[in-house]
Parts: sequence; C-alpha cells; structure tokens
Amino acid sequence: MAGEDRVLASGAKYIDFQTDPSRYRHWKLDVNGDVATLTMDVDEEGGLFEGYQLKLNSYDLGVDIELADAVQRLRFEHPQVKVVVLRSAKNRVFCAGANIRMLAGATHAHKVNFCKFTNETRNGMEDSSENSGQRYIAVVNGTAAGGGYELALATDHIILADDGSSSVALPEVPLLAVLPGTGGLTRVVDKRKVRRDHADFFCTIEEGIKGKRAVAWRLVDEIAPNSKLEAKIAERAKEFAEASPRRGDGKGVALTPLKRSIDDNTIRYGFVAVDVDRPARIATISIQAPDAAPPADIDGMLAQGASFWPLQVAREIDDAILHLRVNELEIALIVFKSHGDPASVQAYDAFLETNKAHWLVNEIRHFWKRVLKRIDVTSRTLVALVEPGSCFVGTLAELVFAADRSYMLIGSREGDNRPAPVLQLTALNFGPYPMSHGLTRLESRFQADPSDLTRVRERIGEALDAEQAEELGLVTFALDDIDWDDEIRVFLEERASFSPDSLTGMEANLRFVGPETMESKIFARLTAWQNWIFQRPNAVGEEGALRRYGSGQKPRFDMTRV
Amino acid sequence: MNMNVMNVDYSTKIPNNVNLAADRQVLKALEGWHPGYIDWWHDMGPDGFQQSLVYLRTAYSVDPRGWAKFDYVKMPDYRWGILLAPQEENRKIPFGERYGEPAWQEVPGEHRAMLRRLIVIQGDTEPASVEQQRHLGKTAPSLYDMRNLFQVNVEEGRHLWAMVYLLQKYFGRDGREEADELLRRRSGDADSPRMLGAFNEKTPDWLSFFMFTYFTDRDGKMQLHSLAQSGFDPLSRTCRFMLTEEAHHMFVGETGITRVVQRTCDAMKAAGIDDPTDINKVRALGVIDLPTIQKKLNLHYSLSLDLFGSEVSTNAANAFNAGIKGRYHETQIDDDHQLKNATYPVLKLIDGEIKRVDEPALTALNMRLRDDYTQDCVKGMLRWNKVISTAGYDYKLSLPHTAFHRAIGEFKDVHATPDGVLIDDTTWNKRKDEWLPSQSDGDFIVSLMQPVTEIGQFAPWISPPKVGIDNKPGDFEYVKIES
Repeated sequence: MAGEDRVLASGAKYIDFQTDPSRYRHWKLDVNGDVATLTMDVDEEGGLFEGYQLKLNSYDLGVDIELADAVQRLRFEHPQVKVVVLRSAKNRVFCAGANIRMLAGATHAHKVNFCKFTNETRNGMEDSSENSGQRYIAVVNGTAAGGGYELALATDHIILADDGSSSVALPEVPLLAVLPGTGGLTRVVDKRKVRRDHADFFCTIEEGIKGKRAVAWRLVDEIAPNSKLEAKIAERAKEFAEASPRRGDGKGVALTPLKRSIDDNTIRYGFVAVDVDRPARIATISIQAPDAAPPADIDGMLAQGASFWPLQVAREIDDAILHLRVNELEIALIVFKSHGDPASVQAYDAFLETNKAHWLVNEIRHFWKRVLKRIDVTSRTLVALVEPGSCFVGTLAELVFAADRSYMLIGSREGDNRPAPVLQLTALNFGPYPMSHGLTRLESRFQADPSDLTRVRERIGEALDAEQAEELGLVTFALDDIDWDDEIRVFLEERASFSPDSLTGMEANLRFVGPETMESKIFARLTAWQNWIFQRPNAVGEEGALRRYGSGQKPRFDMTRV
Repeated sequence: MNMNVMNVDYSTKIPNNVNLAADRQVLKALEGWHPGYIDWWHDMGPDGFQQSLVYLRTAYSVDPRGWAKFDYVKMPDYRWGILLAPQEENRKIPFGERYGEPAWQEVPGEHRAMLRRLIVIQGDTEPASVEQQRHLGKTAPSLYDMRNLFQVNVEEGRHLWAMVYLLQKYFGRDGREEADELLRRRSGDADSPRMLGAFNEKTPDWLSFFMFTYFTDRDGKMQLHSLAQSGFDPLSRTCRFMLTEEAHHMFVGETGITRVVQRTCDAMKAAGIDDPTDINKVRALGVIDLPTIQKKLNLHYSLSLDLFGSEVSTNAANAFNAGIKGRYHETQIDDDHQLKNATYPVLKLIDGEIKRVDEPALTALNMRLRDDYTQDCVKGMLRWNKVISTAGYDYKLSLPHTAFHRAIGEFKDVHATPDGVLIDDTTWNKRKDEWLPSQSDGDFIVSLMQPVTEIGQFAPWISPPKVGIDNKPGDFEYVKIES
C-alpha cells in the first residue's frame, strides 16, 4: 500500500492547482462588508484520490488547494475585507487534520509535497495578516486535532467554544507515531509561546486540552460559551477590522482562469512555458518579457486586472512550479530561462516600486515574494541560464539568485543575432522579496562580506555583462561561447546522475544562509524530522502506527532511540 | 478493618464496599464532590417532591441473592454510595491483545486516556437522563409510576457516583476535573450540553419516558455489559453491579409500554372499535392509538441506534484490542477473543443501495453490539404484540429498519422508510409525519398527561401493573406527597 501510486479520483490525469469558488467542494467563502467567513465543510466523497473518505473535516491536498485559492482571492478580489473568520460547518468538529488513510496510502513523495503545500498555505494566511491587514480569527467549535489545530494556529486569534467538549489537540505522537506536519510544534512554542514543558504534555495526549486550561496555557486566546459565541466573534471581528491597516477600496481584481494548455511534454501559458525533456530529466521554465510598456497609472493597471504582466507571470510561474512538484516527480532539474527586452521588465519593476503604496501593487509584490519562496523550497536542482536575448532584470533576476547554480554567457553566440545577455538589478532586489528566513537572496548570498552587498547596490540600473556579473558574485560562472554548450551539458548530466535524496538535503542546507525565523524553522524541521519519521518502520512499516491506524491493532515499535 | 465486601459500609458519609474508610484521599475527594452533587440534585433532579417520602430500594449488599431493601426515604437523603461487584480471584483479561494476562487492578499508563474517555462518556449519560426526566413527576399517571420514575432517577444518580469514584480513585487531578465537569454539563444546554445527542433530547411525556427506559437505557445496558468485560478490573466490577440495578429500568420501560398497549386494546374492545388504525375514534376514548405508539417507537429506537456510533469504528477497535471494552457476553463467545482474522457483516450504503459487506470484525464492533441490542429489543416487542393479538386485533408493532431516521453512521446522509426503502428529500419531508411523532401527535399525548395522585388510582390511558413493587398491594402508598 504505502509507496504505491494512488489513482486520482474521477479519472483526473494530473493534480490541478487551479480552482475558483464556483468549483469548491469543501469550502464556502462569504463576504459581508469588511468581514469574510471561510467555512470548512469537507465533502467526504470529494477526495483527490480514490480509496479514502474525508471524514470529520479531515483534509487532503485537494481540500488545501481550495483553501489556498480562497486565501489568495481574498487578497486580490476583496480589497475591503479586513477580517477573515475561519470556521467549520460540521457539528462538534472543527477539523480532524490531514486524513490518515490518505497519508497511510500515499507515496512518500506525495506526503512531502502535501505537507509542503499545506505549510505554504498556512504561511500564506500569516503573510496575509502581516502584510495585507487581513486578520484571521479561528472559531473552534468542536474538536481541532492535529492539522485541524495547526490550521487554527496559523490564524491571529483562536476562540474556543467552552462547551465542555471542544478541544485543541496535537495527537500525532501518541496516536500516529509521527509529528504535526504543518508547523504545529514550532508555532505552539515560537508563535504562541506556550511553555515548553506544557507543550510537551500537550503534544503527548490524544484528547487535547479544553476550556480554561487551554487559555491558561496560551493554546487558544479565549473561550466563549456557545450562547455567547456568535456575539464574541462579531465583537472580535469588529475590533480587528478597526485595527487593520488595510485601506483597500474599489473593486478587487478578479483572478480569472489562467490560459493554459497541458500536453505530455509541454505546458503553455501566456508568458510562461514549460518544456520537459524526459530523458534528461529537465524541465525548462521560460518567461517572456512583457510586450508593452507598463500602464501609465494605477487606473491603467486596474483596467488590465489579472493580465497586468507582473501579476499574470507570477500566477503562471506559481502554477508551473506546483504542477512540476506533484505531477513530475522524476524531473531532477528546473532550468529558468527568460526572453525579451530587459528595458521592458525594468519599466515594470519601476512601476511596482513607484506605486508600492497602492493596495494592489502591495499585493502583487507580496505575491511575487511568495512565489519566489515557493521556488526556494522546491526540492529540485534550480538552475538559471542567462543567455542572449534574456531579460533577467530585477524581479526576474531573483530567479538567478534563487538558483543553486547560475551560468551566464560572455558576449553573444556565433550565428545568433540576439544581443549579449545582461543582468540588471533594481530596487526590488533589495528588500521586498525576502526568503523564508527574513533575508533577501542577495543578503543571504553575501554573508561573508556585507560590503559585497553595498557594492552591488551601487550598480542598480546598470546593464551588467557576464564578466561583471561574475566579478560581483551575481552568477556562479560566466562562460564564453566555446565552453558554454559542453560545460552546461556536463553539469546537467552530472547533476541528474546524483542521488535525488542527497541532492534534496544538500540543496536545502545550502540555500538558506544566515539566521532562522519561525517560518524557516517550520520548513527545516519538517524536512529534517518529519521526513525521517515518515520513512521509519515505526510509522509506515507493516506494523507501524500509520499503517495500523484504524485497524484497532496496536503498532509495534522498534524501541531503539536513534 | 476487616470488611465483608458483600456488605456495604454505612459508617462513612458515603456508603461503600470499597473500604473507603481506609482510603483517606479518595474519601476526601468524594466528600469534596458531594456538596456539588447535592446542589446538582436540587437544581436538576426531579422538579418537586424533594420532601416527599418515596418507597425506594437502597442497596445494602452486592450479593445477587438479596442486595436491596425497601423503605420510605426523602430523595435528597438517599444513600448514594460506591458499590462494586466482588472481586473475582485471578481474573484474566478476557479479550484483546493481552488476552489471558492478569486483569489490571491499576490503570495501565498507555491506556489511561482511552479509559478515562470511556468512563467520562458513560458517566455523562447517567445524570443526563435524570435531567431529561425531571419534569415528569408532575404528570405521573399514578403513585406507582411516580415511585418507579424516582427509583430510576436515584439509581442513575448512583451510577454517576460509580463513575466518579473511578475517576477520582484512578485518574488523579484530571479525574477530579472530569468529575466536576460531569456536574457542569446539562442536558439540552446550549453552552454545555451532554456529550451524546440522544441525551440532549427532551423527554416530554410519560410514553417517551417508557420508550426511553426501554430503548435508550437498553443501549446503556449493552455498553455496561461491554465495559463489565473490561480488563481494568475496577471498571468491570462497577459495571457488573450497575447492571443489577439497570434491570429495573428496563422493567419500567417494558411493562410501561405493555400497560399502555393493554389499556388501548381494552378501551378499543369495550368501545367496539375493530380498526386500530382509526386514530380519531381511538383517541376519542382518551387512550393512545397503536399507530402513534409505533411512531414513538420509531423515534426512540432510531435515536438509540445512533448511540452505538459509526458501524466501522477505529475507537471501538482500539478499545477492544487494548482490553478495555469487550463484546456483549464476551466470555461466552467461542473464538480467539482477539479477532485477528475474523470478519463481521456490516450494513453499508454502496452506490445508493443498502448492502451487507464483510468488514474486519475488529473495526465492526459497534455494529456487532448494535445487532445484539436489536435482538434484545425484539423481546419486548413480542410481548406487546401478544397483548394486541390476545385482544383480537390484527396489528403488529415492529422495529424500523436500521437506515431509518439516522444521524450517525452509514445512513446519516440518506432518507429511508421504516421498511428500509431509500427515498429522496421531497418524499421524506412529505411523509415523515407518517413515521415519526408529529407536533399534533405530541400535543395529543401531552393532553392526556394529567397527574393522578390518589392512592391505587391510574390515569385512564394506562393499565395498572399486574404486581406491585416489593409485592405491595394495589392500594399501597408508594409516594407520600408532602402537603
């Protein structure tokens, strides 16, 4: 069972990350003035794969794709919304967390990708609160267990019904012999500052904690009897809305369906294309520069809506990365290329910088930040090839800095009439796109000597050629026409030949140079501990806890402490 | 102190056969809990009659040959106590992974949470039913019935004590907190309801009370039987003694319904009514027509089935495997008592059809217990139908199909007729009043609920019992109502 490929439900060929509220099966999004209510009502029969039912508001990737879509739409389509109330439509259950039967039967790769995405969704909620002023309130009216409590933990404020039975719990250790997979342990101690010994007790009891003790131990913010719950929610929502810095006005921007065609080896979007070379195990993501100058003003941008180049490209890259992560498991390398006029990309960056106070520009900048973060935690080798005709400028140059290796051609190529490649920095490389650990990619890159950072900052706006870029430390290697083909081929072949596991580990270790934040800890802990535990016989072996869950039989553990 | 475990020590404030006098800590905890319990009894116990002298039985021993004595007592003065069936020597865990090992006398650490949860859920139902029935004294159809109601109430109160004793003795601070919570939750309360759905429903009239004691208390009986098998010996011993008392509750339900049916048949015969389904004619006689009794039965049976939980249940499997909760009459079953490879047929909804499917027996334990329950329910049905046929009427009361009117398990999202035919929402909404008590049925029954407090007299919708309690004659004053 574990490790075998599951069959997608309803004959789907691949997992699709695109959805919209009219297609939701598990969530309901209601907007009333400045308060939105996001209601979880998981359809038991609506699993992404065949072979399990999503009982008690448990979730799988499909449920989370809808949640992520809702969180995203709230930011773009509802500028007036300042508070999001997250609650359950089920009786006496808030959410039972990730579906155990789904996990027990999933491949390891799917489990990891599932956890990664759900973490990104929850981080996205916190990002929304911090940077868009959309504050989240969780109303726990029933049991919030495991991933269910972790979902609540991602909100700003948890209200627990004081009915003698509603509780919060992280029962993974005692019940399943794994760990909470969406930052539960980290958020309990780092975000909510639950004392570590209290946290230790809490994480070893299946039934969780309710009522006054949940408040006293900081596991929730407050409790309210059922009869006063609605009034309490309304009161808090009002308070949070008044305190919110969000000043969105007018209509939002409709995130219209992406234009996308998927074939066996290609995906075509408007500005982004993915080409898969299966024998070489390489997916190339090519990004096309905008074909027109940026709009003259904010109104022009609003009129373009979802087709405003920076927004459309971000959505397309996001979808492409997610698609490759879960649907193309054998791809070893993702190669970024770009095409078009650098000046045009620079002009859009200038627009995003000049108008950063506008709510929509703010959203687009933060969206780019999240897309780039998603790329940072993608466990494939990331390569950027800066070739003639490319336009790695500012925002797009972040892809070069996100890459594990970047190669830039010196001069142009024989028989190629496109201009020699340039790399160009803009203000957006120096602040708005921090990585999960809080530093920009350039800060993280130049940890040895901060003066390197000052040196590159002085070159903002300059069209840097390959040798200058190499000299400044912005690319790994600058190669001339003679060496280019062979060097690149050898590198790609060699890379694809290494063990994918050790590459994943090595890259994750090397990418995040510098300090940690709660967010980076969450991913790091997940990678290091959960992935190890998920592989161990104590969890997934024939007699392991995940496999035996639901059978009534007790798991048998290898009691050796490792 | 050399105490005979058969007999109850009345020297402490709390009667017991567990040597509480020598167990200072638990005695202290129980004495601390006692005032809260009395407050609860005054707030939520029977409404009125607290100063009346009620002819109640009180346990004085746990010897099955003679364990109770009858006397007049004011309910608040009832000696609620801690009574465990005698300890069996060398008792072994009778099922599960640790089958055959010595039964636990202390809580095994790894099962502490599960045990506590089971005890709390069981404990929560005991006071809940007292709360649900608290208004019924005022409309009792006779002093005999009033006394039976109060007997059931005080004994449910004692069953709460039994569970609280286990919590306080074996579960430390958590146990004490849970014991307090048992007094805090209230049936039907929006803020802190009782844990199980059926225990938050109203018991609006005496027919409901009889149905409740027949069907819902019978679920309690099945649960107690399963817990009486527990490898945790104190729980087993507690439940075994509770079953002795529970028998009276079943009796009240079974004979109550029998007497209602009897009275209806007698009245119909006397009035020369041939068709028992001619509701208006029958109701004009001031008795409850058989079709309405069937509707009440449909309601209470289906609500009670929900109490068994999902047909396929991980919790039930875990509890069995752990040796905590066994099957009905576990020790009389001839198998490996571990259910390693066994299967059990479970009714499921598959592609819109009701089918019987083999599931691993370990996860189908709820289904099995529910099947045992259904069999147990049928017995009373036969008795009631005998009354009807003896009176010469061609009408049969019957249990509705498992899929009928369910809120938990396989059939919660579909509608079915009492015969088990699946129907759509529209049909259900149109026809449900044919199968479940409607507002007007309820109003009619309530209109009959006029109290009768004269000695030896009975309300006109119910027959007198064949025999009195404690063999007392028909004119015995079971309750001396305070003036």
